[in-house]
Amino acid sequence: MSILSKKDMGFLKDPLMDNNPIATQVLGICSALAVTVQLQTAIVMSLAVIAVVSISNVLISLIRNKVPSNIRIIVELAIIATLVILVDQVLKAYLYDISKQLSVFVGLIITNCIVLGRAEAFALQNKPWPSFLDGVGNGLGYSMILIVVAFGRELLGSGTLFGIQVIPDAAYAAGYQNMGLMVLAPGAFILLGLIIWVQRTLTGTVAD
Amino acid sequence: MENLISLFVESIFVNNILLAYFLGMCSFLAVSKRVDTAIGLGLAVIFVEVITVPVNWALNHYLLAPGALSWAGLPDVDLSFLSFISFIAVIAALVQLVEMVIDRYSPSLYSALGIFLPLIAVNCAILGASLFMVEREYTLTESAVFGLGSGVGFLLAIAAMAAIREKLRYSHIPEGLRGLGITMLITGLMAMAFMSFSGISL
Repeated sequence: MSILSKKDMGFLKDPLMDNNPIATQVLGICSALAVTVQLQTAIVMSLAVIAVVSISNVLISLIRNKVPSNIRIIVELAIIATLVILVDQVLKAYLYDISKQLSVFVGLIITNCIVLGRAEAFALQNKPWPSFLDGVGNGLGYSMILIVVAFGRELLGSGTLFGIQVIPDAAYAAGYQNMGLMVLAPGAFILLGLIIWVQRTLTGTVAD
Repeated sequence: MENLISLFVESIFVNNILLAYFLGMCSFLAVSKRVDTAIGLGLAVIFVEVITVPVNWALNHYLLAPGALSWAGLPDVDLSFLSFISFIAVIAALVQLVEMVIDRYSPSLYSALGIFLPLIAVNCAILGASLFMVEREYTLTESAVFGLGSGVGFLLAIAAMAAIREKLRYSHIPEGLRGLGITMLITGLMAMAFMSFSGISL
């Protein structure tokens, strides 16, 4: 017997492609792009977001019947902010250099629409276990886009992956040059636009 | 005075909070379909930024930063880990307060901005500006100017985007690219245009 029923797998897999939080639901783009100059920061950011979304979904799901609905946003924000503080302290303690590079963007997970969006749209109506899976699934869907964008930006912009040079010196000698635009902000926007195009063509989503 | 002007211009053009730091993208994409609503949101962002950044500066300076509590005889206390939760609380409370004040004294402004104010509480640009203010160690005046500048930058970007998207409705775009895809590509081009300001130094 597997631990996950078919329905549970659906909660986990659906946000990866068909219902990707960034590409389809337009959530959480705010902090998605700034950390994608390098793969390393993108992966750390992804892990931080997965942790925050899944835990906040569980906690909010646990208290969903106890909180009056007119103050629920404040309660949700308090829970999310507390989790983000924990993540930030852990990063500062164990990965200080990366936490310096991420600078304000760890704090901005609080206002990342994915976290509050999933809390509102899913955790308030569902039991803790499905909420947890939904959080992990959405976190993974977010991470997937983040890592693809970071892969493209680091490879094309600096010729490295995880800080290790992958474009051979011979290519530079033959006149190949790093694309400086990719390191800057416009590269991220354009790359994400193209990824969304591919994703929507594959899944057949058409915007109005 | 001179450095304040250059900070103001820089935070609008070169370090545009939206196009260079990607903050406030969610509302930028959601509310840029019509020019008048985009301008409404932009004005509300300026309004809230100008108030929250200096208030958060005071909070940080007198309560949270390492050694900030020395006026209360507690020089060794460092509460900076509380900054996220206190900033977001200040922003949410101030937005609520501003909403009530506007509702009371200017119903016309309220009906123009009203629907955007709750949205702004979770706008990354607002929290982002406060966090940048701490990281870059601005003074009180600098943080007020920075709040104003980043708000104006946001207004400029979202109004321009809305104008482009109104025209875009008449163009023939490949199916998968419609909506979010083409908007991201245009944002990329706009970011490129704003980058050309970076050569300017005052």
